[in-house]
Amino acid sequence: MSSQSFDLIVIGAGPGGYVCAFRAAQLGLKVALVEKRATLGGTCLNVGCIPSKALLHSSEQFVFAKSHAAAHGIKLSGVELDLATLLKKKDDVVTKLVGGVAQLAKARKITVITGAAAFTSPTTLSVGDQTITAKNIVIATGSAPVELPFMKFDCETVVSSDHAISFPTVPKKLVVVGGGAIGLELGSVWARLGADVTVVEFLPKIIATYDDDIVRAFTRILQKQGLKIEVGAKVTGYANGILTAERGTEKLSFPADKVLVAVGRRPFTDSLNLAAAGVQLDEKKRVKVDAHLKTNVPGIWALGDVVAGPMLAHKAEEDGVAVAEWIAQKAGHVNWDLIPAIVYTDPEVASIGLGEDAAKAAGLAINVGKFNFAANGRALANDATDGFVKIIADAKTDKILGAQIVGKGAGELISEIVTHMEYGGSAEDLARTVHAHPTMSEAVKEAALAVAKRALHAM
Amino acid sequence: MNFEVKIPPMGESISSGILAKWHVKDGDTVKKDQPLFELETDKITSEGTAESAGRISLKVAAGTEVKIGELVATINSEASAGAAAPTASPTAPAAAAKESSSSPAVRRIAEETGINPAAVAGTGKAGRVTKGDMLAAGEKPAAAPAAPAPVAAPKPTVPTGTRQSRKKMSPLRQKIAQRLVAAQHEAAMLTTFNEVDMSAVMALRAKYQDDFVKKNGFKLGFMSFFAKAVVNALKEVPGINAQIDGNEIIENHYYDIGVAVSTEKGLMVPVIRDCDSLGMAGIEKAIGDVAKRARDGKITLADLEGGVFTITNGGTFGSMLSTPIINAPQSAILGLHAINDRPVAVNGQVVIRPMMYLALSYDHRLVDGKEAVTFLVKVKQAIEDPARLLLAI
Repeated sequence: MSSQSFDLIVIGAGPGGYVCAFRAAQLGLKVALVEKRATLGGTCLNVGCIPSKALLHSSEQFVFAKSHAAAHGIKLSGVELDLATLLKKKDDVVTKLVGGVAQLAKARKITVITGAAAFTSPTTLSVGDQTITAKNIVIATGSAPVELPFMKFDCETVVSSDHAISFPTVPKKLVVVGGGAIGLELGSVWARLGADVTVVEFLPKIIATYDDDIVRAFTRILQKQGLKIEVGAKVTGYANGILTAERGTEKLSFPADKVLVAVGRRPFTDSLNLAAAGVQLDEKKRVKVDAHLKTNVPGIWALGDVVAGPMLAHKAEEDGVAVAEWIAQKAGHVNWDLIPAIVYTDPEVASIGLGEDAAKAAGLAINVGKFNFAANGRALANDATDGFVKIIADAKTDKILGAQIVGKGAGELISEIVTHMEYGGSAEDLARTVHAHPTMSEAVKEAALAVAKRALHAM
Repeated sequence: MNFEVKIPPMGESISSGILAKWHVKDGDTVKKDQPLFELETDKITSEGTAESAGRISLKVAAGTEVKIGELVATINSEASAGAAAPTASPTAPAAAAKESSSSPAVRRIAEETGINPAAVAGTGKAGRVTKGDMLAAGEKPAAAPAAPAPVAAPKPTVPTGTRQSRKKMSPLRQKIAQRLVAAQHEAAMLTTFNEVDMSAVMALRAKYQDDFVKKNGFKLGFMSFFAKAVVNALKEVPGINAQIDGNEIIENHYYDIGVAVSTEKGLMVPVIRDCDSLGMAGIEKAIGDVAKRARDGKITLADLEGGVFTITNGGTFGSMLSTPIINAPQSAILGLHAINDRPVAVNGQVVIRPMMYLALSYDHRLVDGKEAVTFLVKVKQAIEDPARLLLAI
């Protein structure tokens, strides 16, 4: 049994954990990174963001070849799906990326320890037969898919996103429980590849945190693509190839050879033995932290999905950088008010800050500017006229309070708005910033102009 | 080196004003003593001048309410014409580079309003000035005149045709309005009246006017008599030469008398210093001087401050009788009126005399009726029998 001592141990090598380790190494700390998976990168790189994006991209190419190429004067015949290759392509992307993270960790002289860590004291962890100690320990163990108690994962027909990225054959009928980002992205993938997909959502609308107008537009677009969307439906069970649900008194049933349960993720602290360190959890089983991501135990920090806040990789990364800097006595900073969120369907949906509905509910005086991609030249040329940009600004100061976009590449388009907001920018600032022509981003500028009712290419 | 251009101290009671107009533009090269801005305060409009030559950088927009001592501009003396050459390299000028660090909306507002973003407290990231900050900076003066207005009268509909027209209230007019209303809210004001027979003063003037003009070069008016009569009465009734400050009473032991002067821009009350030690000619001369300067807009704040009592003459315009409003923080004001021939009873006979009504408005918090009436009677007696002034009785 070996024993090693570090300045900092990070538990979990997802985007929050490995970034924290990287930043701490940059700042000269002796860092250990503990990961129970064989590869680094966590959920995001291995079974989350990245593989799903690879699938989304490949499946989009398939849809183009099959359904849209002809309209562009490209004659294709014998377009067929080779799922094994498509999945391998996704695996290659993952392998390349997790390998890259491992290389960077090595180059930064970070000690990577494979295994599940468990606290034995506030400063000591056991990983397999090793004991490691450090003055500072960061809990970055992320999250796991939420299981429905009456419909447990069997990894075969009732699955989580972990498995829905690797179905060996295209399901005939796939029911997705949960109309959030994960369910809609993976539902889209399999629908494009030929599955008959039904999304069953408990709330009255899918992607429920977005504004009503965004959701209405997005829902219509998805339905046009063949996704069936059932909202306000409470799933009751799955048996004999039938998923049952209720909408009020109405009984619903959906035949399904695969069920993807994507109703959310829960903070993952299961095997950490937090009791040995005395680390407290909050009422939602998240690790309780203060504004500097410190737990109740001095020297123990937590970040990313395991603490309160949006479960998003980019948020975890910012947490990771800040914690490393705080540990190194530097001025770390995260603006938790400005975390963009994106649904990577086609079109994408992106949001930042306050939505129009939320702003109105809060009684704020706002001006809203909207611009449809249908009036954007590049969108027309790109077959990307679905959707619109919406910018919400303070009526008095014109400060941008938030934005929501449904449209092709919305995830990329939202970035500049985030940047403007980070610097306290007004809609006018955005509108007076030169946007290259012809680009989709001009729709962002026009929406910013529309805040002051002076969009140039719309009435 | 940078010289700071600040709003000069104007003395007690005046704590702020409106920077009504810039005579220079941001970035202009200014000469020493060049007029830079016009400052409107409660009573006067004055000019600020450059203490040094150089390139000026404006910090507040025209129309902004400014406090005494507030920095309104800086003058970079090294950047004056010619001297600027060594720093201005052929590559990107430093000024432009600095400006472009402001956001586009901030730059637009800066250009349109003259508000210098550098002078605005930023609320954005790392203290950056946002559009909202600039808008707030621009709103400052608008926010100021939030007087304790009574229930707002229903706003009349927008006038049509020629039956009504609107124009903006000048800052000076707004201040006059505020001050007058404030005085009425603050003081327990009431007015006592009397009448005075002007025969004696008129006779004196008629008899000595030529000699007076020959000696002094200006005419002997009525105001010097009243100023002297007021000084005499103040000495007799010192309770009026006092003012309230919080829970204390300030007793003044000097006799600086304000004389209200009507000008195009509004009412001003220049103060004639030490009327007790001035002769009649001295008072007449001083009044002539300040009245002219007030009408020419050249009066300084120093001319308006420190009065202990005010005389206002509505008679100039033919007023028979009025109740003047005291000039806070003073405790009383004497109103003169038109001189009209009226039948009066003198020694049992009805005779025609040139009569004037006098009104003394006073702050009853400090001045009792007995004092006020005694004071006014003293003034009346001195005017009706100017020999009393000579004898100080």
